[in-house]
Amino acid sequence: MSDPHSHDVSKDVSRYLLVFAALLVGTVVTVAASYIPFRSSGVNIAVALCIATIKATLVAAIFMHLSAEKWTIYRFLILTVVFVIGLFSLTALAFSDHIHR
Amino acid sequence: MEIPYTITARPDTGLWNAKIGIWLFLASEVMLFGGLFSAYVFLRIGADAANPWPHGLLNVPIGTFNTIVLISSSMTMVMAWASLKMRKFAQYKIYMGVTILCAMTFLCIKGYEYNDKFHHYGVFLKNGQVITGHLEENTPESLTILPDIHHAGKHFWPETQHGAPIEIKKSDIRRWSNFTPKYSPFFAIYFTLTGLHGLHVFAGMCVNIYFWMPGSKLYRTNPEHLANRVEVSGLFWHFVDLVWIFLFPVLYLL
Repeated sequence: MSDPHSHDVSKDVSRYLLVFAALLVGTVVTVAASYIPFRSSGVNIAVALCIATIKATLVAAIFMHLSAEKWTIYRFLILTVVFVIGLFSLTALAFSDHIHR
Repeated sequence: MEIPYTITARPDTGLWNAKIGIWLFLASEVMLFGGLFSAYVFLRIGADAANPWPHGLLNVPIGTFNTIVLISSSMTMVMAWASLKMRKFAQYKIYMGVTILCAMTFLCIKGYEYNDKFHHYGVFLKNGQVITGHLEENTPESLTILPDIHHAGKHFWPETQHGAPIEIKKSDIRRWSNFTPKYSPFFAIYFTLTGLHGLHVFAGMCVNIYFWMPGSKLYRTNPEHLANRVEVSGLFWHFVDLVWIFLFPVLYLL
């Protein structure tokens, strides 16, 4: 192993397998939770989206190496999040249009 | 001309160029899917008592299996990259091969699901009633439908049996179609989101096939460059998986 990168990556392999297991468990829990009759369907939606967010964070942080990335990438992503929030806010604005609804 | 900074970091950004490129591309992809997710929210909130949001129309066991297939492919993709970094070429070929196989499986299953929807019909009668099922006969005067047996609750129920055939006069029908985008806002957004996602899976699969077969020759001359190329392809692939992580509950379960 003369390559300087190889040692670091071999240490991460077990972490990748752990994330894979967590994603599988998350999928099963998401399906199971959707069959639980909570007080309202809003709770079902919140639970499913919370689990999906945790799964997505694991993929982004570990598989996409965002947990140890350069600040340049974080800057891009912060801007992206701001614009996505703007996009969703535009949708929300449509529901405050009481004249044309 | 040699492309600069394919392995070493550019001094001003601290990153090799392709990594900057793929993250900028992924940022634009977030906006693309974000816009469509926002359309989904818009349609769903806009559903009312007269046009309720449908539940249980998609096959949950098949959707769950496809989710597991895509998650598995994400794991094999990162392992393919890790194998290259550890200079284990044979292992890389296996992991990348499995990733491509998972992509093909995902697309075949999606194709099966689409085909099932194209053969499922809904008839909206003038009296407000809606009959769904499989089309038995279509004549100029009437339709014959093998109706679905609806079960209590909003969850998906496998179609194991149909009711007795119903003949409906065309003069009693307001509109009828198979489960395609024109059928309802749900199917419109379902086909738009999953169709676009499917195109991404197909594109990612093509890139991975290139790095699995002809592109892998680069390993002999510059293994680190190939590892970086596979990392870029992997970042796209994980993003595709990440989008599905949200699509699955939103379309199949909620």
